[in-house]
Amino acid sequence: MPYEAWKDNEYIESLVKELQANGTNVIVGTFDKLINWGRSNSLWPLTFATSCCGIEFVSLGAARYDMARFGWEVARSSPRQADFIMVAGTIVHRMAPVLRRLYDQLAEPKYVIACGACAVSGGPFKKSYHVVMGVDKIIPVDVYLPGCPPRPEAMIYSIMQLSRKIKVERFFGGVNRQEKQEEFLKAHPIEGVDD
Amino acid sequence: MADIQEKIAKLFPDATFEQGDTLLVNIPDEKWHNLARTLRDDADLSFDFLVTIVGMDWKETLGCIYYLTSTRNNAKISVKVTTADRSNPMLHSISDLWAIAGIFEREVYDYFGIVFIGNPDMRRLFLSIDWKGYPLRKDYDESPETNPVPTDNERQSDYTDTYVELEDGKVEKRETRVFEADDFVVNIGPQHPATHGVLRFRTAVDGETIKKIDVYMGYIHRGIEKICEKLTYPQTLHFMDRLDYFSAHPYHHCLCMTIEQAAGIEISRRAQVIRVLMDELSRIASHCLFMGTFCMDLGATTMLFYTLRVREQILDIMEKTCGARMTFNYECIGGVMQDLHPDFVSDVKALLAVIPKNIKEYNQIFTGNIIAKNRMEGVGVLSREDAISWAVTGPSGRASGWACDVRKTDPYSIYGELEFDEVIRHEGDSMARFKVRLDEITQSARIIEQLIDNIPDGEYCVKVPKVLKLPVGHWFRKVEGCRGTFGIFLESDGATSPYRLKIVPPSLPAAAVVDHITSGNKIADLITIGGSLDYIVPDMDR
Amino acid sequence: MFDFSLLTNWIHELLSSFMPEWLTVTTECVLIGVCLLLAYALLALFYIWFERKVCAAFQCRLGPNRVGPMGLLQSFADMFKILIKELISLKHTDKFLFALAPYLVILASMLAFAVLPWGNGLQIINFNIGIFFLIAVSSIGVLGILLAGWSSNNKFTLIGALRSGSQMVSYELSIGLSVITMVCLAGSMSVTEIVAKQQDLWFIFSGHIPAIIAFIIYLIAGTAETNRGPFDLPEAESELTAGYHTEYSGIHFGFFYLAEYLNLFIVAGVATLLFFGGWMPLHFPGWDAFNHVMDYIPSVVWFIGKAVALSFVIIWFKWTFPRLRIDQMLSLEWKYLLPINLFNLVLMVLVIVYGLHF
Repeated sequence: MPYEAWKDNEYIESLVKELQANGTNVIVGTFDKLINWGRSNSLWPLTFATSCCGIEFVSLGAARYDMARFGWEVARSSPRQADFIMVAGTIVHRMAPVLRRLYDQLAEPKYVIACGACAVSGGPFKKSYHVVMGVDKIIPVDVYLPGCPPRPEAMIYSIMQLSRKIKVERFFGGVNRQEKQEEFLKAHPIEGVDD
Repeated sequence: MADIQEKIAKLFPDATFEQGDTLLVNIPDEKWHNLARTLRDDADLSFDFLVTIVGMDWKETLGCIYYLTSTRNNAKISVKVTTADRSNPMLHSISDLWAIAGIFEREVYDYFGIVFIGNPDMRRLFLSIDWKGYPLRKDYDESPETNPVPTDNERQSDYTDTYVELEDGKVEKRETRVFEADDFVVNIGPQHPATHGVLRFRTAVDGETIKKIDVYMGYIHRGIEKICEKLTYPQTLHFMDRLDYFSAHPYHHCLCMTIEQAAGIEISRRAQVIRVLMDELSRIASHCLFMGTFCMDLGATTMLFYTLRVREQILDIMEKTCGARMTFNYECIGGVMQDLHPDFVSDVKALLAVIPKNIKEYNQIFTGNIIAKNRMEGVGVLSREDAISWAVTGPSGRASGWACDVRKTDPYSIYGELEFDEVIRHEGDSMARFKVRLDEITQSARIIEQLIDNIPDGEYCVKVPKVLKLPVGHWFRKVEGCRGTFGIFLESDGATSPYRLKIVPPSLPAAAVVDHITSGNKIADLITIGGSLDYIVPDMDR
Repeated sequence: MFDFSLLTNWIHELLSSFMPEWLTVTTECVLIGVCLLLAYALLALFYIWFERKVCAAFQCRLGPNRVGPMGLLQSFADMFKILIKELISLKHTDKFLFALAPYLVILASMLAFAVLPWGNGLQIINFNIGIFFLIAVSSIGVLGILLAGWSSNNKFTLIGALRSGSQMVSYELSIGLSVITMVCLAGSMSVTEIVAKQQDLWFIFSGHIPAIIAFIIYLIAGTAETNRGPFDLPEAESELTAGYHTEYSGIHFGFFYLAEYLNLFIVAGVATLLFFGGWMPLHFPGWDAFNHVMDYIPSVVWFIGKAVALSFVIIWFKWTFPRLRIDQMLSLEWKYLLPINLFNLVLMVLVIVYGLHF
């Protein structure tokens, strides 16, 4: 996708500026680029779906949309081996500790896409007594993807956004993400789960 | 009807009767178990199919309405049992008469706190053990402070509660173990690739052999029934899409019909035809996806991609007319949201042309495969009696030889005029369940063929008052969803929003029966059986 | 055909001309080790890409095509990613065994690599019981899998490991017997000699009926041995999430992942060696011109080409058939394959004794 076609270039540019504020070592920087090239091009999702959005995620894997083109088709069922979790569907109170546990089981570096209105904010179930109003109450979210359910094209766009975000991250010395995550987890404790 | 009433009145003098769309019998709780036994066992009555138990909160009293149907003569009856004790409500269980009643009663207990004396398993069904309050009671405190998002792992008990009535009439609470103390219990789900969503099986295994399964639901319980009570009638419609997202059209159809019946709205023939066309198209799409995911569960991943091809073609048709791929919100009160797309007829004809070819291909790839045959034949046999007792409707019920297609037994909309066969098999195993669905695709295509050239002109949506108020009363309608009998119970107190809207999903019995037909089989068979029953978790959890 | 032993001898002489003997041997070992690791890694990456492309073709999709030309760099990206992923250490597990298991698996496939006849004169160890050695070392893999499943302290991995144990032990029999059948025909266990015997005609042609039966059984058992579909019960995704390696992350998981594909190559390579002449070009007695043309294709290309073609067949199985159930899988081996195999061995002996082979 050409650079101009993206809708949020300012955001990525400001992120890059923030990251490069302290300058980059030449060798480490090159190495960073190589590793980030690998990481951003190899995003393995966790097989995780609770409702409607999960079916669109299946469509995403099918011949029409074929996420294998980008190398995302290696959906792992074990959280240890996945890179990102696409929270496809509503998360309810009973599921919340399970989702948090899954997130904790993912191996670093790990990312989260909140997919669909329910995962972003509770969506059509805003008035419900049993729905978590947005998964960002439980786990840190990297990309928000609205829609009910989002179209597969939108899902591709969201994973591409995630890939872009990874590309500008700094793997060496890039502690900012980890720190943020730790702060988040401290602020949203779940007892009985070791991080 | 009249002789049923006479007969019951003779046997149970304190029963009172109300005439609605079905006969409603009021019976005191003490007599209820006897009446239930008579209703089920009496040769003339033989109400062997418990459609649902609707828990109700009438503000002064709590209670249940039981909907029963006879599979022999298709007679229907409903029974109302109430209790005035709001702090400690108790009714007698009928779980010894209908197997599915056990789960239905747990649901009522979860929503209303009504304890059923004699039910062997009185745990909460959808909500966690520590949930405070009973959400569907009218006086339930909904503030998020009462039940905050849990911050620790769910507490779990290995014991079930049972309430037993002693000789002197007192009720005692007892605890029994779910599994034996030294069972090897494997936890399958809630996040597991083969549970089709977030269902959880605690499975006691002996090597590879399954001894017992304890099903946990509620990991996607969104409280739709409660939300609906706060919304106006047109607003409640869109939740039907999000129950069973594969049969969004039939579910919408059902709720629209119920509201239209209550409001006395007559819809145009064009709208009827469009609705039926959409129902059948979504049935094909749903069965295609079923085959794909089922084969994927058995390890034949490639089949998924072949079946999704047809589904994508149907989704294209839907998208052109309804504007969405999955959650259409297309049927509305009085007809449908918008008229058919100009390409609709030609697109559907193109689809009909490819379906026979595809079915042949599926049979070649999968049905004829020796491994597939070995994996499915004789696995998870559900007898006709069990299917009825467990209320397993739809293709799964028809695979056991039970003619339960609502389109045939109680033809709604224009199904009475259409020519199609009800696909019935008698083996009751996973292969039969698979084949029934495969054959239903052909039948649905047949229905579409009859209609596609005869879509009558006319308005697609009749005028409906802006603010819709239903008269006081209650209604119960059923349709044939893609996975079985889907029902809507609607009670109105005359306001703009429903007093109680009960959804009767086909997936709940399908998940409940898993333990019954799996024990003694292998772990791999659990996946086969679960896949072939084709439950949708958001549908059962609501 | 170009004899690679010329090259290796030249290197040996070059090194020994200015080095003492012990240093020469050490240098050569290191050199071979590096070459082996390189070949190992590149082949595994190629196979991962190959499987994804083949699977995509069967499923009417395109497969990886964004990273590099035709998606060729996709597996490199995956490798970089896997290398830097976190290695999760679990509580309440046997840490040593947990870490050891993936190395055992990779060790087994790497040792098996050593005896494959890569080309004319291109072989790492050449000794008279090559085939026996190969079967012996490839069985170490099951130990790694059992350890992995047991030491993870997880019920899914335990079931997966036990499934894998019973599966591999059973199917080893079939592999062994069909290999013995072919060893009978070759009259030798040495890899070089088996290849040399096929100079005129590949064994699959010269051994006709018993050889074809042995080949079919070998292919089935080989698929089972590599835990690939339809025999992928130990890692049955829809049953046991990821089977015995559920708890492994990062490069530990990467080892299992690589070993799976390398085992695929080894199974295909051994089939090539036993039935399709190893690196030997396609020769027919009497067709001299044809044979001559075939000789122009380098022996390494012959070997790898044949092995990849055979692994294509195994991949084809995986993306076509549903998975078997554990009892069906075991009864297939013990009730059908084993008796057929024993009968086939007798048949082969008769064929040899009466000289009925070509």
